Amino acid sequence: MDSLIWTEQVTKRYNPRKPDEILAVDDVSLHIEKGEVVVLKGPSGSGKTTLLSLIGCMGRPTSGRIVIEGKDVAKLPERFLTLIRRRTFGIIFQQFNLIRNVSVLENVLLPLYPVEISFAEMRLRGGKILEDLGIQNRMHMKVNKLSGGEQQRVAIARALINGPEIIIADEPTAHLDRKLSTDLLRILEDLNTAGKTIVIATHDPFVYDHHFVKRTVEMRDGRLLNIQQT
Amino acid sequence: MIKHKVFLGVTLLEITILLILFVYGHFTVTARAGSEVPAKRELVKYLKLTDLSLWTEARYTRHPSQADIFAPFQDFPCSLEHFPAGSIIAPENIVLPATRKPERPH
Amino acid sequence: MRHLKILEYALSSLLRRKYRNISLITVYALTISILASVLFLTHSLKLEAAHILIDAPDLVVQKLSAGRHDLIPSEYAKTIREIPGVGAAEPRYWGYYYDALSHSNYTLIGIDRNLPRLSLIEGRMPSGEGECAIGEGVAIARIVAVGDMMPLISSRDDVVLYKVTGTFRSESNILTNDLIVMGRKDLLQFFNLSADRATDITVTVHNPNEVTTIADKIKKTYPASRPITKNEIIRTYDAVFNWRSGMMLTIFASALIAFCILAWDKATGIGAEEKHEIGILKAIGWDTADILELKFWEGIVISLTSFLIGLIVAFVHVFFLNASILSPVIKGWSVLFPAFRLTPYIDIYQIFVLAFLTVTPYVASTIIPSWKTAITDPENVMRS
Repeated sequence: MDSLIWTEQVTKRYNPRKPDEILAVDDVSLHIEKGEVVVLKGPSGSGKTTLLSLIGCMGRPTSGRIVIEGKDVAKLPERFLTLIRRRTFGIIFQQFNLIRNVSVLENVLLPLYPVEISFAEMRLRGGKILEDLGIQNRMHMKVNKLSGGEQQRVAIARALINGPEIIIADEPTAHLDRKLSTDLLRILEDLNTAGKTIVIATHDPFVYDHHFVKRTVEMRDGRLLNIQQT
Repeated sequence: MIKHKVFLGVTLLEITILLILFVYGHFTVTARAGSEVPAKRELVKYLKLTDLSLWTEARYTRHPSQADIFAPFQDFPCSLEHFPAGSIIAPENIVLPATRKPERPH
Repeated sequence: MRHLKILEYALSSLLRRKYRNISLITVYALTISILASVLFLTHSLKLEAAHILIDAPDLVVQKLSAGRHDLIPSEYAKTIREIPGVGAAEPRYWGYYYDALSHSNYTLIGIDRNLPRLSLIEGRMPSGEGECAIGEGVAIARIVAVGDMMPLISSRDDVVLYKVTGTFRSESNILTNDLIVMGRKDLLQFFNLSADRATDITVTVHNPNEVTTIADKIKKTYPASRPITKNEIIRTYDAVFNWRSGMMLTIFASALIAFCILAWDKATGIGAEEKHEIGILKAIGWDTADILELKFWEGIVISLTSFLIGLIVAFVHVFFLNASILSPVIKGWSVLFPAFRLTPYIDIYQIFVLAFLTVTPYVASTIIPSWKTAITDPENVMRS
């Protein structure tokens, strides 16, 4: 298969064979092409966040295959998974997940610390990306002192610092007002225009009804219901 | 991003200070070995001293090498060690079972 | 480069809880400085004793009576001298004096002949009757100097005046602090002792390897005697200043327990915030080895800094400030206690052991609690 991301009969169970076993993802097969914008939509508990985390190599499926850029990641050793996560994915979390009491620049540069590049190169990249997102004047401020919109941009900057091919975003508009949501979607659209593949998990119609979304995948109870081309 | 440089610099400074102190110590040892130690040995030799003049609170603390092993308890039967310096001075090896040598058969 | 960057992040992480970590370093360094002070002090005193008591008499023969040290007939010296291998046997005259004025105990030594000029004395040794040389502790307690008259109360309850002809220099305090050296006849008169009795007998032996054999022979000749060899004298101070004994062990153990509590507190688990941070780092591309290296650096920064500071403080405390904090603990009830002027003998092996015992557990107690979180898949971060 030539798809950028491809899942085949992926299942994820939490606490298998225990009384509190949860079937979060059930036999999901999905292809995502390069340059696509795909939204996983569904109510809370539908398995979209779990599927997103599996695609983003943050967990392993209980069964099934996940192929990213031609590599079957489900059974890769942890260090290779980390490399793929670092190089291929930029992750925007629902709650931003910025490190409190740490400056904007340091938060943005976090993915670069374990990479073999110099401090100077790091600062250069960080400065550029903050400039691109219009928050370079906040570089040395602590993130907890920023507004919601500014924190959102810091989270995006951190996701982009390694130049990833694929952006994954989990409920990116959950804590944003309409204006900030619009700003966010515009940034994602620009990234898609620049060639990035974007996968978003959301139950916000403002997102999945947006014009830049190419495909919507509906999930319920861990299963795919239908796939809509837009 | 200079914190690592500051830390490494401070650590290097601490190690340098420590090395300087050790080198100073070494030179002091050498210097005293040449002057003070022979002079003290002279005192020990001519005055026939056997102990350091440290704890003057009791006979057996002043001259622990000359005291017998029950000297701390000799004041009366069941007397307990009651001088603080006695708690610093370890009992002779002879009283410790692990170090007691087996007696030679006569 | 990667390692330096992770170190940079570790330092940032520690600086986020600046005051807590500074307090931790302070307490940790203090604990290490106490441990190191005890080690430095005991090692220095042990080596000092070993180096200077090497010229102590080869044998000291005491007489025991009902298990207690009794005066020994001086004629025993003649018999001992005749034992093959014995070079010289001389009676030694010395005793203790309690000074009610200063509430302190002195050691009085009677000397029999003119001694050569000793370098560690200001003035001279006593050469005639009514003269004495005194240690610095006595001079300070009685506020006397060379040329002054010093009264002592004899065993007959008489006040006897002695002229101070010399005071021992402060460098010799560890040997002479409480000494009063006078002529033998003066001493016998002072203590009202008969001339045919001595405190003990010192024996010089031609061949040091035969000391034990000669001691056995003396014991056989005089069953009520107790010969003490020079080795036993030096070994006494090995034991006295062994850090594994007595009060030293108590101080050492207390400091070690305090340290263990510190390490245990760290080892009992990491907080939710720390777990979350590790999850974020893993999610954005840090692998397990990077996380563990981060924790390693955090542990090393605290423990190594504390260790080095503790060691410097201990060295300065013991060898420059003369162990002024520890010496009241060691002093006990001694009124006269020499001001330490310790020679900086350092045992590098002890320092490495101390480093191993203090740095390693702390680093381990920083890394190990994070291990489980570090090896967990970061998908939980998505759910937080």
